[in-house]
Amino acid sequence: MLYREAGDFKTSYRDDGQTFPIRLDRVAYYAVVIVAFMIVPFVINDYWANAVVVPFLIYAIAALGLNILTGYAGQVSLGTGGFMAVGAYAVYKLMTTFPEINIVIHILLAGGITAIVGMLFGLPSLRIKGFYLAVATLAAQFFLVWLFNKVPWFYNYSASGQITAPTRTVFGLAVTGPSTSAAAKYLICLVFVFILAWVARNLTRGTLGRKWMAIRDMDIAAEIIGVNPLTAKLSAFAVSSFFVGVSGALLFSVYLGAAEVGEAFGINKSFLVLFMIIIGGLGSIFGSFAGAAFMVLMPVVLKNLLVGQFGWATDLAAHFELMIVGALIVFFLIAEPHGLARLWALTKEKLRLWPFPH
Amino acid sequence: MKRKFTALLTAGIMAASPALADLVVPNLSYRTGAYGANGTQYADGFNDYFTLLNERDGGIGGEKIQVPECETAYNTEKGVECYEATKDSGALVYNPLSTGITYQLIPKVSVDKKVLYTPGYGRTSAKNGKVFEWIFNAPANYWDGASVAIKYLLDENGGDLNGKKIALVYHNSAYGKEPIRTLQDLAEKHGFELTELPVDAPGQEQKSQWLQIRRDRPDYVIMWGWGVMNQAAIQEAANIRFPMENFIGIWWSGSEVDVKPVGAQANGYKALTFHGVGTDYPIYDDLQEYVIEPGKASQGGEHVGSVLYSRGMYAALVISEAILKAQELAGTSEINPEQLRDGFEQLDITPERLTELGLPDFGPEIKMTCDNHGGSGMSRMQQWDAEAGKWNLITEFTEPDKEVLEPLITEDSEAYAKEAGVTPRDC
Repeated sequence: MLYREAGDFKTSYRDDGQTFPIRLDRVAYYAVVIVAFMIVPFVINDYWANAVVVPFLIYAIAALGLNILTGYAGQVSLGTGGFMAVGAYAVYKLMTTFPEINIVIHILLAGGITAIVGMLFGLPSLRIKGFYLAVATLAAQFFLVWLFNKVPWFYNYSASGQITAPTRTVFGLAVTGPSTSAAAKYLICLVFVFILAWVARNLTRGTLGRKWMAIRDMDIAAEIIGVNPLTAKLSAFAVSSFFVGVSGALLFSVYLGAAEVGEAFGINKSFLVLFMIIIGGLGSIFGSFAGAAFMVLMPVVLKNLLVGQFGWATDLAAHFELMIVGALIVFFLIAEPHGLARLWALTKEKLRLWPFPH
Repeated sequence: MKRKFTALLTAGIMAASPALADLVVPNLSYRTGAYGANGTQYADGFNDYFTLLNERDGGIGGEKIQVPECETAYNTEKGVECYEATKDSGALVYNPLSTGITYQLIPKVSVDKKVLYTPGYGRTSAKNGKVFEWIFNAPANYWDGASVAIKYLLDENGGDLNGKKIALVYHNSAYGKEPIRTLQDLAEKHGFELTELPVDAPGQEQKSQWLQIRRDRPDYVIMWGWGVMNQAAIQEAANIRFPMENFIGIWWSGSEVDVKPVGAQANGYKALTFHGVGTDYPIYDDLQEYVIEPGKASQGGEHVGSVLYSRGMYAALVISEAILKAQELAGTSEINPEQLRDGFEQLDITPERLTELGLPDFGPEIKMTCDNHGGSGMSRMQQWDAEAGKWNLITEFTEPDKEVLEPLITEDSEAYAKEAGVTPRDC
């Protein structure tokens, strides 16, 4: 009744093709953006930023990146953790070698370096696909982690092999390092998420995105209609790795502050991001956000509910948390194999007809 | 419905915080995951000692101690979350039992002004109190451990290790890499040959490393392992019939859970330690009376007296002594973290004080100052007796080789100071 298309007239092609064609959606979107930029920074505290919001934003970027590769271009990747490590180590080397250059530029450069590395490891995708490609990207994961552990140059020869982010500022406000305020951490991540999500949305509905989807749906047919698989696949790897690299750079420099490659960027991270996009929905921008929110928030919510509210023992709660999150994943995937994004879409369908369904 | 859900979600995200009046010592423990078997025992010892103080003495200086526990699973991201969740509850001091989490917290505690106490782990160069104002790692750190192990081998070989081959099997993480620099310097000084063999976490898979040991036949193997890696390594050593008395673990590789699964073959395995073990100390009578019998022991008290339980208890003991000292210095029982730091810096746990506390000859004397946050660094060797199922102490407390360690500590802490933009304090 409230959520409807009727009466929302479009008079140009531009209006027709917009991301949020329904007025209520559009209003909600602007409201969310305004709240996120104008209100949240003033109320956020350290706990909310560090335990909930900042990891959610950073993983949303990683999920967007992997979704471009796996969801839109159909290339399965298990190398996300390794590519995040490339972003993290690239930004570390850049920010310690060129301290006078702005950190935002370093983060973007780190994304660029990751894009090159991603393209390199994407080369096998021209010959192999499906499970075989997954194994090839798995090799990237293990190789990159091994490399950053093995070569001391990457961690500036520190005794422990740890990398630590020094303080860097944007407009005079610290965004990395220990003295960063919660709001600064949040805002820098939010700006990256906002711009990258906008880029992802517009890339995926343009020529490039259509090429990716053609390759995903049937690569031979796509080749016949004139899609060059080389450029389509490699561009998917490049763009995806750029996103993943930026998220790795932010994870290390803004969120963690210190990292150790095996622990922070291990195979678990690859699976975590893969689960995010599977639960959220393959080939969906909203799904990337929903999946990241689910995987980041659920453990924190359960932990605080079980330990904080019910007073359970911490180990019991930790075990239950794993079981409950696992069960919820199975439940959601049985209820809707296409993920939370599809569930959301179905809800909207139903809302449009409510209260008079056919 | 939606509002209810949102309310529940908000309630879920907001952690319940304890009352502000008490002394809060959060216990960032891990009882799950690949390191859970080890972390559980340590956390129990840590909890039980504070329970004992609360039940027997009514806390420290009349203030009850609260020990809110938070599960980290040895994971740095969860460790950060636990830190953030507890830091506004009036927390005084953190002891995360993870070198990885310690590295995360070092810059954070320096800004938030909380004490970080990392006995026997963490960043070695934090011993330099001029740079690391808020970090304490007495009684011993990894470089001390490496040096004492080499000293022990020197004693066994009549003071000469020239031409000997020593292999280091280490957990491929910040923790395992810590001793490498010291061992390299010691190798140069004493003329032994060092082979470094990394084992990737969690460490069940070490066949290739031990194959290499079998081929190279080093005279001694030193291990920096944790969790399942320890059992796997000792089992592999037994499989290739490596002489156990030539196999030395750091203190984190020397607990019952590490040797028991291997059975009789583990007999003779050695490990460093910086405290006593077993229940033959007077304190256990009190513990029995006030904690275990009333059923207040952490997780039922099944690990009382084990190596890691004792270590957790020892960490709690040092913290409580520092709190006592801080209360004395500040003239108030409700201390804040700054006052606790002063308490740590003037801490002096003498052998007499340990006897008074019911733990005679349990640990080395701990004396900290403004520039020495690491104590004396003394540790001793223990050996596993598989038949009796217990660890026997085989050496007295030994001093590390300061001549090698001090320049390394200065160098590493200065590198940190430069990187983090810290101006060293005057002491």
